[in-house]
Amino acid sequence: MVKKKECVAMLLAGGQGSRLYALTTKTAKPAVSFGGKYKIIDFPLSNCVNSGFDTVGVLTQYQPLVLNEYIGNGLPWDLDRTYGGVKILPPYQGHTRSDWYMGTANAIYQNLEFIERYDPEYVLILSGDHIYKMDYAKMLAYHKEKQADCTIAVIDVPIEEASRFGIMTTDEDARITKFAEKPKNPESTNASMGIYIFNADKLKKYLIADEADPESSKDFGKNIIPAMLAAKERMFAYPFEGYWKDVGTISSLWEANMDLLGKKPELELNDEAWRIYSRHYASSPQYVGSEAVIDNSLIIEGCEIEGTVKNSVIGSGVKIGRGATVIDSVIMEDAVIEEGATVVYSIVDSETVIGKGATVGEDRATASGIAVLGRGVRVADGDKIAAGAMVSVD
Amino acid sequence: MTAAGLIFSNIHDATIPELTRMRTIASVPFGCKYRLIDFPLSNMVNAGIDKVGIVTHNNYQSLLDHIGTGKDWDLARRSGGIKILPPFITAYDNAAANKLYTTRLEALFGVLNFIRRCTEEYIVMSDCDIICNIDIADVLKTHRKTKSDITIVTKKINPAYYPLSKDIETVTADCDGNITDVCEYMASEEQGQIEISMNVMVMQRQLLYKMLLDAAAHGYNSFYRDIVVKNIGKLKVTAYRYAGYYSLVGSLASYFSASMKLLEPDVRAGLFAVDNRPIYTKVRNSPPTKYIEGASVKNSIVADGCVIEGTVENSILFRGVRVGKGTVVRNCILMQDTCVGDDASLNCVISDKNVMIKDGRNLSGHETMPFFLGKGVMI
Repeated sequence: MVKKKECVAMLLAGGQGSRLYALTTKTAKPAVSFGGKYKIIDFPLSNCVNSGFDTVGVLTQYQPLVLNEYIGNGLPWDLDRTYGGVKILPPYQGHTRSDWYMGTANAIYQNLEFIERYDPEYVLILSGDHIYKMDYAKMLAYHKEKQADCTIAVIDVPIEEASRFGIMTTDEDARITKFAEKPKNPESTNASMGIYIFNADKLKKYLIADEADPESSKDFGKNIIPAMLAAKERMFAYPFEGYWKDVGTISSLWEANMDLLGKKPELELNDEAWRIYSRHYASSPQYVGSEAVIDNSLIIEGCEIEGTVKNSVIGSGVKIGRGATVIDSVIMEDAVIEEGATVVYSIVDSETVIGKGATVGEDRATASGIAVLGRGVRVADGDKIAAGAMVSVD
Repeated sequence: MTAAGLIFSNIHDATIPELTRMRTIASVPFGCKYRLIDFPLSNMVNAGIDKVGIVTHNNYQSLLDHIGTGKDWDLARRSGGIKILPPFITAYDNAAANKLYTTRLEALFGVLNFIRRCTEEYIVMSDCDIICNIDIADVLKTHRKTKSDITIVTKKINPAYYPLSKDIETVTADCDGNITDVCEYMASEEQGQIEISMNVMVMQRQLLYKMLLDAAAHGYNSFYRDIVVKNIGKLKVTAYRYAGYYSLVGSLASYFSASMKLLEPDVRAGLFAVDNRPIYTKVRNSPPTKYIEGASVKNSIVADGCVIEGTVENSILFRGVRVGKGTVVRNCILMQDTCVGDDASLNCVISDKNVMIKDGRNLSGHETMPFFLGKGVMI
């Protein structure tokens, strides 16, 4: 028994996130830790729930173990529903065909059956690699008001960065007249945020047509959107204002973490009206020792801080020993920084151990890059890891 | 070997009137993010008990709010799970009978149906005024191995360090743990260790049920005097001597000292870092705690959701506490959403939930007499 839903959200979470290197060797990008107690996917999932969308399909493919376990039955996001809720959608073996997801459009195509079960008027397509707070209900209202076939959320980016994004050219009514994927000479600064609302029947029609085209790379940005534009469908740009960050690279992930710091941060998580939910395990309160120094940082429950922490984001259950120093860094859950160790301008993934007196990274002013230690790495006592180094277990 | 749990949420309410005016002792906040009931409840869950009845009396709104469906303790179950057992008063009883229970035994009379309808072999009972991480599975195993009828978990303590109230039962037992007497604690000149009941007990469900019917028929009203003591010699009544970390909350001063003990690493380890026996509590989805430039925090435990700009030493900060710029907080317990303005100075203060302390206030108590600010007070 399935109840009809007005809108079904499809969250693309299968990407490898290869530009996050050591952080995604064991984990899909959406399951990468963020802000001490969150994972990237908490943002689109919480946005869905806060916007009143209770049916979310999460498409997984690459290294799904951590992600599957994390999402579970959807309880932390109130998505453990009798009708709808969150459903994990891995690639599957079909009667006539079985394939990995070949692209974003193909992934949705392979799950048309899932969407149709809820008989929705609209389908919201999301990706699992952006940090932002957004009310999708407002975007849906805009989509209806414009009587659009497809609405694409756009954000104003600096012109010098515009060539990194899909850029929309619109008329005075915000109707999209041209779309250019990563243009050399961008015509506007309206960058696609990778958030689409489609009328369900139109989406189905174009997905089926695209699937039949052997030349297509089966991608929304490269194929579906251009095809719909060419056919003069009603496509509109929905302007979004606020914090939005693609955390697809090491430096942008680091920056997004730093954006949480300070009295008036770029991204405020302490927001009763728009809470970001995450899965919690039982952990004790954080303990701050007698010699600890903590300055301009975020610390989570379960931590034990005996050393010095400055301008850093420390995940739950992290232990920082006496005389250890952590500066300008992101330390993910359950990592251990032993006595006298120094971590500067680095990202340290979960369960990593940095031995006594070891040094990781270099001062931000002089470093060639951010040092990254993957999940479960063990740095021996007294060892030195250079700035910009990329270390993983395998 | 199956067991169901029974937790008394209101017994001992009278011992900390400051904190229980608006809530049960079970829902008294403790240790940054917990409520006292989290300890007995987690102990039961960690022993594989998946049906727990919570006996309530009055003021239990905050308790219901905390427990919810029980999902944070893994007790939102189709079969079993949390059963809230509020006082049962029928509309047709005469006014005199419409009294709320006043003793442990009367509380048990009120939940006879719960006990009768359980299918589990044993009932584990617990109060909420004791903070410990105890292996209930081992208590059950020992109960069976020693072929006991009643097992009472006991702790040897020195009353010089644990100020005891009158509602504590002291136990006399031989070296094998056979209990020969139980009586109310009487302060005496004599110093040295005494053995007290932790009010954690195991009984066979059917035996308990039978004895309750018998006690009701005889008009008995005291569990210890009329059920335990009267049967010594007839039944095997055994002490299970608990050796782990233990704190008793019997007054505002002992609440304060039990809280401050959490700053000791051994205490935290014995309570929160026991393998496979975590202490669960309600998830509040607070954001990370933010230390602003200029903050200085030493020897303190802090929950999520705080914003700290000032100095905090030897203190316990619950979720959502704010400490303003230039403010100094020492030896304090600041409960959920307490907001301290700028340039204030606090020493030995306990603030209940949603307290607002304005800029420049200077408040001080003493560890034997902490300065208490009630729920929602603005000063």
